[in-house]
Amino acid sequence: MGDRCAVIGIGQTKHTDKRLDVNQTGMIRESCNRALKDANMTWKDLDAVVIGHAPDTIEGCMTPELYQAEALGMVGKPLFRVHTAGSVGGSTVIVGSKLITGGIHEKILVVGWQKMSESQSTWALSPVIPFQPALMAGAGGFFAPHIREYIRRSGAPEHIGIKVAVKDRKHALRNPFAHIHQESVCEEEIRNSPMLWDPIRFGETCPSSDGSCAMVLVSEKHADRGSAKPAWIHGTEMRSEPTIMPGRDEVNPRSGSDCAKSLYKQAGITNPRKQFDMAEVYVPFSWFEPMWLENLGFCDEGEGWKLTDEGATSMDEGGDIPWNCSGGVLSSNPIGGTGTVRFAEAALQVRGQAGDRQVDGAKLALGHAYGGGSQFFAMWIVGSEKP
Amino acid sequence: MRDIAIIAFGQTENKRTERLLNEAEMIAPVVGDLLKSVGLKRTDIGFTCSGSSDYLAGQPFSFVMALDALGAWPPINESHTEGETAWALYETWVKMQADEEIETALIYGFGRQSMGSPREVMTLMNNPYLEAPIQPDTISQAALQARVMIDKGIATEKDFAEVAVRNLKHAKSNPLAQCSGDFDAETLLKDPTIASPLRKHDCPPITDGACAIIMAAGDKARELCKRPAWIRGIEHRIDVQALGQRDLSECPSAKLAAEAAGVSKGKVDIAELHAPFTPQDIILQKALGLGDDTVINPSGGIHQGNPMMGTSLVRIGEVANRIINGEADRGVAHGSQGPCLQQNIVTVLEGE
Repeated sequence: MGDRCAVIGIGQTKHTDKRLDVNQTGMIRESCNRALKDANMTWKDLDAVVIGHAPDTIEGCMTPELYQAEALGMVGKPLFRVHTAGSVGGSTVIVGSKLITGGIHEKILVVGWQKMSESQSTWALSPVIPFQPALMAGAGGFFAPHIREYIRRSGAPEHIGIKVAVKDRKHALRNPFAHIHQESVCEEEIRNSPMLWDPIRFGETCPSSDGSCAMVLVSEKHADRGSAKPAWIHGTEMRSEPTIMPGRDEVNPRSGSDCAKSLYKQAGITNPRKQFDMAEVYVPFSWFEPMWLENLGFCDEGEGWKLTDEGATSMDEGGDIPWNCSGGVLSSNPIGGTGTVRFAEAALQVRGQAGDRQVDGAKLALGHAYGGGSQFFAMWIVGSEKP
Repeated sequence: MRDIAIIAFGQTENKRTERLLNEAEMIAPVVGDLLKSVGLKRTDIGFTCSGSSDYLAGQPFSFVMALDALGAWPPINESHTEGETAWALYETWVKMQADEEIETALIYGFGRQSMGSPREVMTLMNNPYLEAPIQPDTISQAALQARVMIDKGIATEKDFAEVAVRNLKHAKSNPLAQCSGDFDAETLLKDPTIASPLRKHDCPPITDGACAIIMAAGDKARELCKRPAWIRGIEHRIDVQALGQRDLSECPSAKLAAEAAGVSKGKVDIAELHAPFTPQDIILQKALGLGDDTVINPSGGIHQGNPMMGTSLVRIGEVANRIINGEADRGVAHGSQGPCLQQNIVTVLEGE
């Protein structure tokens, strides 16, 4: 590990179903301008930009960052594109952090985005490819069997998924940037919402959002430049495994647990539930909260749903380890930016900038993203103190 | 900076159409043979990174299936860039600078242009609101660039043909080349234009292919390879895209990247240029500051084959191989993407 890396600027757009008032670039710039303002910097201060975007098929553009280069202030400078499926928003931030810790640059901006209203994402992600298994009507159709298997293994009661959805949607009411503000949300409302992919109900599903999220990452020398104290990176990690392999466990994937183990080692984490003050974890369908609680070692295998059930992950119930205080992916989901939002929300918490969703005195937080068929993982740990 | 080198490069034969194999099946043997050649197991690799395009494959997440080819088990430390693979090599180099526990890395790229019509597909690279709707295809855009060069008196159609003659001649010694042979410019110029002033020989072939590189750091590189090709500089820059906003006869981002990478710090024995169209070869020689003492495109350059998204990695690999086998001491590899050489990456490689 080379130089230390700090987050000194964070900006995101208000995630929503259709941003008809701006084009792709305008929306991206909105988040970048906010991050730059937070960092007390301008576009000219940046050495490079790293941009993350999930499948280009969603907007119907091929490598759109090329036409966006000028608006991103990068003419004559390095602009780098990352695409690692749904985890891309997280891996983009990690790739950016390596430019700092590797001593290549001192001040960079990372940004993840998607403008999903420019097409129909379920079908953009579900083409029929000859000689390959079909994804089956979007991500929900793919992940529902994994969830059913989790329920079978753990014996978790039906209301757990509903409870996660209510909790995250209630958290979202504290977050002005969240896409879904469902004031009336309660267990009954979620339970009565249409069943889409059994056992995933409409109310337990992430939305499709237009949104963008940016962060300014700097070397130690520039760490005090921002408008709030910096968030320090204590660890970053990525892992990938194949989609289809005999013996692979899709419910509790090894790439996720391996990634967490290596990450925790970097930051000296032995008891994540105790040592983290909060976590922003990629939960696109409600049941992934108990699944990832186990995969990330917050509890033993088969016990995840019990933490959810006892309110350990809820701000409103005064839980000891709040998960997804922002409202999570269940409340905002601009795919290419969704992982960036997770990482950024973790950083906002340790900088004390999280407003109504602030966890008191948060010092150490986990940001997490996953993608593909639960096979690409990107994670980081940020803290209020230097590593 | 940590010393990092390329220790092995391999590619498939460049074919107009690969009918029998899918992407994963194209990559698997290239990677397998490469690992064997340096005596590594796939589980020895510290980091893996790839480049590809969903639009060439015609499906979202096309790189995901390619991952299956690697046998990524136990789970691997891995990343991917949507685009030309030279940038995946850059990401790997950065990662190895930052994370010293990574001693070896695998970079692979692939493209199957035969799956669709690249000329049409690549219109989607343009600004989706202002330019893409009028479908400016790659050949027409390159033709505009060529026309600017002719109008400014920088080059003639014969100069463009001479680039093709040189590439095709060099490709004769390349057993994997898709196009090669002895031609003369006068004969080539008798062909009709495709998009004036460009003729067939000025345009890249349509290729299906895959390629891979193994990198290693410091003593690990010396242990695995007699003469590693050390990366002495690697830099990338981008230009404004809208064609009316820059002088198309020049390539400022390639010039900046070359200066930052230190191309002029020593004699350049060989250079591989990722110039899909022949006029761009002339633009790039100037931008990179290459003189008459440099052999340009000893592999045959773009005429050797154009497994798009892998093409830029082939350029790096062809330079690296010539350093590894002692034919050259210092070389420059260039990669590009976007309309009219918009984004450019320059790698300087040296033997010890």
